Amino acid sequence: MEAHDLGAIWLTLKLATVVTVLLLIVGTPIAWWLARTRSRLKGTVGAIVALPLVLPPTVLGFYLLVMMGPNGPIGQMTQALGIGLLPFTFPGLVIASVFYSLPFVVQPIQNAFEAIGERPLEVAATLRASPWDAFWSVAVPLAKPGFLSGAILGFAHTVGEFGIVLMIGGNIPGKTRVVSVQIYDHVEALEYAQAHWLAGGMVLFSFVVLFALYTFNPARRKLA
Amino acid sequence: MSDGIRARFRVDRKDFALDVDLSLPGRGITALFGHSGSGKTTCLRALAGLERAPGGYCAIGGEVWQDETRGLFVPTHRRALGVVFQEASLFPHLSVRRNMEFGQKRTLTATNRFSLPEVADLLGIAALLDRSPGELSGGERQRVAIARALLAAPQILLMDEPLAALDLKRKLEILPYLERLHRELALPIIYVSHSPDEVARLADHLVLLDQGRAVACGPLNDVLARIDLPATFADDAGVVIEAQVAEHEADDLTRLEFPGGHIYVSRRHEAPGTLLRCRIHARDVSLALIPPQQTSILNCVAATVVELAPTDTPGHVLVRLDVAGNPLLARITRRSAEKLAIRPGLALRAQIKAVALLG
Repeated sequence: MEAHDLGAIWLTLKLATVVTVLLLIVGTPIAWWLARTRSRLKGTVGAIVALPLVLPPTVLGFYLLVMMGPNGPIGQMTQALGIGLLPFTFPGLVIASVFYSLPFVVQPIQNAFEAIGERPLEVAATLRASPWDAFWSVAVPLAKPGFLSGAILGFAHTVGEFGIVLMIGGNIPGKTRVVSVQIYDHVEALEYAQAHWLAGGMVLFSFVVLFALYTFNPARRKLA
Repeated sequence: MSDGIRARFRVDRKDFALDVDLSLPGRGITALFGHSGSGKTTCLRALAGLERAPGGYCAIGGEVWQDETRGLFVPTHRRALGVVFQEASLFPHLSVRRNMEFGQKRTLTATNRFSLPEVADLLGIAALLDRSPGELSGGERQRVAIARALLAAPQILLMDEPLAALDLKRKLEILPYLERLHRELALPIIYVSHSPDEVARLADHLVLLDQGRAVACGPLNDVLARIDLPATFADDAGVVIEAQVAEHEADDLTRLEFPGGHIYVSRRHEAPGTLLRCRIHARDVSLALIPPQQTSILNCVAATVVELAPTDTPGHVLVRLDVAGNPLLARITRRSAEKLAIRPGLALRAQIKAVALLG
């Protein structure tokens, strides 16, 4: 395997790790709100979160590119802050991937929160736990399987993205060239042997992840 | 009445309305009794602050928890209460001990009247502390839930049909522990139930709820002996008598003494001197003008008629009697009442066909 390939693998794992951590931080409050709210906005927010499930990555990538570009609102803000422009950088890739993988993290966590129901939180309140306390000491531990599923799916989905990387990140070795793009390059150059190594690796990785998810994720324990 | 409980809630929903204004004693077990849909659980949830009744007022022991006239509503987690739900609702991710410590470590040690070992002993769960909730029987789980609530230093314990989800055997397993709480802890308990037997056995004070309204409220026997209650309660009409085990007699009968006389029941295992509650249904009491001779009914006490009222059972009347200060109800046919000229003030004999011992 060439240095380029190893670099692409390293970059992919780094991207997926950063994105997964950010998604858990951003996705958890969204999932909690969606699971518990009675607001009329629930449908709207739920639909927006789910959009990446159905949109082609090129559409999402196109809009993010426009917004992060020199004339877009995000682009103007980052320039004003002295960060510069995000497209074709690693941070830009991270932001795009967070949007793209959001539903894969939010939905399992939201389902887990919904499955807990009202009662354990009511019990916690009768035992002097404030809502914040009850969230950490009761809701999060009980929703652990949902967090596990969300993290695994978010990570795996980020590893597997292609279209949005090309739209936002392009193809810069060591900066934005992830495994899926590297495979594309190999195929373009008719380097099928190298493409096989990486593609086969992706198949194996995806299988192992999903196998672990379906085998070891414990069925949600029933509330005693 | 600063040590009592005041609760005024009005809830209006499409399919349900609750409108109660209760003044309850700050000690003993108060039962909220009613059929499903009567509002007893809503009432309890409003007391706990799990539901916010608009315009509500709630104060316990001089501490105001809700007063909507000044926009005051203390959230549940700042109320010194314990709640036991129908399902034990133990936290499945914590051991029995950690479940019990959950509320304890969130209260000030100074306010905690009980230690964990004491409470574990009181409820007979000392051997279960290191188990996980999934390994417990339904009755054990409910006892842990009660212990958990007690350890959170409550000033009042709210129990929402704590036995309803259990089979008879488990119920009988828990009832003695509830009686023990009642005897050994100076803690007011609000006990929601739709089981007349549980209420008769445990309660000191009774609130009857019907379609969201409190139709009667007072000491247990005062309420039970009322003969003007809605028909929904008339079927189970009867009173509770507290009697003392006097003697186990040779022919397998036990004599119980109460202020109005004595009654015989099948041999009991309790030692003489033990107080027992027994329930006497109105349908099991018949009346005679002179002491009956040559009858198979052993239990016969002197009584005075207080009042009569019609019942929903066609052709029957309910007679309220006084037996040396204890109330007793008899349900007899109107024909008999007329034939014997039963009227207030009449002294007669009440024959008791059956006594249900609670305990």
